[in-house]
Amino acid sequence: MSTKIPYYPGCTLKSTAKNFEDTAKLVASKFDIEFEELAKWICCGAVYGLSSDNVMHKVAPVRNMLRVKKAGGERMVVLCSMCYNTLKRANLYVRKNKDKLDVINAIMYLENATYDGSVKVQHFLEILRDEVGYSNIKKEVKKPLKGLNVAAYYGCLLLRPKEVAIDNVESPTVMEDIVKLLGAKVVNLPVKTECCGSYQTVSQKDIIADRTYLILNTAREMGADVLITSCPLCHFNLDRRQDIAKERHHDFEFMPILYFTQLMALAFGFEEEKLGFEPHFVDPRPALKERGLL
Amino acid sequence: MREESEKGEKKPTKEKRIPVFIMGQKYEVPEGFTILNAIEYAGYQLKRGVGCREGFCGACATVYRLPGDYKLRGGLACQTVVQPGMYITQIPFTPAQKATYDIEKLKPDVTTFQKFYPEVFRCLGCNACSKVCPQELDVMGYIQAIMRGDIQMAANMSFDCIMCGLCTMRCPAEMAQYNIAILARRLYGRYLSPKSEFLEVRLKEIEEGKFEEQFKEIMSLSKEELRKRYVERDINFKIT
Repeated sequence: MSTKIPYYPGCTLKSTAKNFEDTAKLVASKFDIEFEELAKWICCGAVYGLSSDNVMHKVAPVRNMLRVKKAGGERMVVLCSMCYNTLKRANLYVRKNKDKLDVINAIMYLENATYDGSVKVQHFLEILRDEVGYSNIKKEVKKPLKGLNVAAYYGCLLLRPKEVAIDNVESPTVMEDIVKLLGAKVVNLPVKTECCGSYQTVSQKDIIADRTYLILNTAREMGADVLITSCPLCHFNLDRRQDIAKERHHDFEFMPILYFTQLMALAFGFEEEKLGFEPHFVDPRPALKERGLL
Repeated sequence: MREESEKGEKKPTKEKRIPVFIMGQKYEVPEGFTILNAIEYAGYQLKRGVGCREGFCGACATVYRLPGDYKLRGGLACQTVVQPGMYITQIPFTPAQKATYDIEKLKPDVTTFQKFYPEVFRCLGCNACSKVCPQELDVMGYIQAIMRGDIQMAANMSFDCIMCGLCTMRCPAEMAQYNIAILARRLYGRYLSPKSEFLEVRLKEIEEGKFEEQFKEIMSLSKEELRKRYVERDINFKIT
């Protein structure tokens, strides 16, 4: 009996992070979890608006949660860290501010339904940890990732603010715990909750290149071969900006950046073609081949 | 206007008139008139803000409010019937961002919209566009489809757009949805829609003169035989 969970993809999961979505579905399939994509999902809002009285920026995330409720769902699973953060914070906001929720519901009158804050927003990592359970994850490992040193990078959106954190805010371990189950070696990354530079990547590429240098150089010094993340924006910044990092820092060395689901799908025995390595700027395949994992 | 009296005699009756406000000025216009008729009845001579008069051209975009209702509604003047106390004004033209591009040099994906209409990504999901659309399109829905790179969905969802411009007037993200949508439909038509392979085959056949015998045969058929052929024709020929 498979468990169907309403799934909110978000825009990057359909474009630059398609490999994240594909591999997450592969991983979920091993535990009989089916991601049921929300029929009419819209932009999550992209950035959570910090202004307390501007409800317009919260209409988009709340509309998505209303549509989950309309489709009979009680929760939604999210992969993208940015979407997770925006949706969850908007949800908490309307739960706490009923007056603002009334305003947002009034704007959404064409939906012919009202939202009540009832939908639960969950990140896939939470479902893997709390519902699937580590022992079941371990059972699915067909190809232990022996000899691979992995650093896990969380960035900010899964952990801050505290109300939406999926794990310990200062010292999260969920990704490391999973990496251990996969048979790889966990490398401690002291900068795992630092900022990747976020949207500065649009206009201030150098800032991102320097953040990338700091994070990846630290990972390298701690002995990592690859770095994993759950955020498409962190992934873009840490992967794509390595060329500028190399230009600006002579001692920088390229490092493959993977989604945690790619690593899981690899350990679960899925074929290389299904793991979506083609779009990566820094190709993870040589590092994996070197260790006999591909 | 006349109506039958009980005795069957014709007697003139007074046309029922209702009050409407055209650009704030009150007029009494016949009940059942369209907004377009009402404006002309009131004495305005329309040179812009009117076109086909059949609901297809999108030239007569109009916004109105009804008494006791806060909602600003949109409609085509030629298709919307006046209601008592309606406040009406036409929006004959919408100044809007319109990109120039060579369709042969574009990629049918989200990057094309990032280049020509970056304001697409300012969409707040407020749905003000859909609320005012006289064609009752899910305007926000097709903009959101574009944001996630689903050009085919955007092309299909916006297919009935008549480019009246009302969505653009209401959009807090200040984008021109209708010009963005036509780019989606052009990309779909140029790059994504299924190619009709049978058409190439048939064109080649026609060049080779293969139609002559078939025409002769069709011309020789009786009406009954033609009807039978029509009913039994294969309409499920393969397009893709």
